Amino acid sequence: MSEEFKVEIVNPEKSFLVKDDVSEVVVPAFEGEMGILKDHISIISFLKPGIIKILSKSGDENYYVEDGIVEFKNNNLSILTSTIFNLADMDKSKQQDLLKQAEKEANKTDINDQSKYLADQKVEVLKTLN
Amino acid sequence: MASLDDLKKRIASVKSTQKITKAMKMVAAAKLRRAQESAEKGRPYSDKMNNVILNLSNGISDKENAPKLLSGTGQEKTHLCVVMTSDRGLCGGFNSNIIKKAKSYFAKILDEDKELKIITVGSKGNDQLKRVYGDKIIENISFKESKNANYFDADKVGKMVIEKFEAGEFDVCTIFYNQFKNVITQIPQAQQIIPLNNEGEENSLEESYEFEPDEDEILSNLLPKNISTQIFKAMLENSASEQGSRMSAMDNATRNAGEMVDKLTIEYNRSRQAAITKELIEIISGAESL
Repeated sequence: MSEEFKVEIVNPEKSFLVKDDVSEVVVPAFEGEMGILKDHISIISFLKPGIIKILSKSGDENYYVEDGIVEFKNNNLSILTSTIFNLADMDKSKQQDLLKQAEKEANKTDINDQSKYLADQKVEVLKTLN
Repeated sequence: MASLDDLKKRIASVKSTQKITKAMKMVAAAKLRRAQESAEKGRPYSDKMNNVILNLSNGISDKENAPKLLSGTGQEKTHLCVVMTSDRGLCGGFNSNIIKKAKSYFAKILDEDKELKIITVGSKGNDQLKRVYGDKIIENISFKESKNANYFDADKVGKMVIEKFEAGEFDVCTIFYNQFKNVITQIPQAQQIIPLNNEGEENSLEESYEFEPDEDEILSNLLPKNISTQIFKAMLENSASEQGSRMSAMDNATRNAGEMVDKLTIEYNRSRQAAITKELIEIISGAESL
């Protein structure tokens, strides 16, 4: 039996990515990074800002996401996200833009703890990219 | 009877109107294709989202303490209606159909002595509603600057709706938009988004999910996103419908203008002929009397 499963990433505008030869996906779930292999139990979770790593035969891919929901069922992994960038396409200036934006958000004083936490996460992840 | 000169002028003006409607039809057709494409591309996201929420709300153990966005505030006193229309006119019955649907709903609510609040998205809806329901409109949003419907705009509307909900300003929220079926058919829709209405879609949960973190937390994180997603879907459907409606309206207008030109040309030729005949008769009878 092959050890591959299907992953589908959709954002509101379109179906962002469909791959069916994926061996492992690491997603930044809300309570920590989570690696998903074939025949994982059905799970629903949501994402915090971080990097999605997709390992497949045709090469590995990394994506930066800011939020989203993951659903894994019957060896189908669906990731719904509103903000996603392929790291390979992302240049330094774009990263800096995002970082600046995130820092501004994190420095706001009138936000609640959860948004503050998410903004801090964004800053942290983006800093490690640079 | 109109003089020859008048007829000529009218023919010219109808012809130039026809040119405009024809051009608008072409533009609408090109835009329609793009709008339709993005509406179709947007469907997987909202479908998936719906699915996940359905699974979650079926799996939720404690219905009493479910998030308010899902179960409602427990009363139905104040209704918020988000009426989504276009910013531009000349698109046939597109806006009027939504408004008609919305107005009949408003009348029902007011009949039941409930409070009504309206948010209009798009300036045309605001224009049509402010005469009768001006005091009920609490907000008017227009995305004239954005070329295409985008998620960012939808999110803004969604956040506003949620803010108002959390402030306790309303109990039930319904959005009005046109669902795109095909170029000639658009169906005005009233969709309740708060509290989430998924009765009748009872799907048997064949397997249970594992949740991380627990259901409540995921749901409370997911539901606000779902509001924005539903609004975005409505916006996409709306923009496809608008272009479709405009295209068929302009097609009709072009055809009508063509018919009118034909009719006017016949009339023009007839009266020209009549004038010539009259002149001939005058000449002949003048010659005879000599």
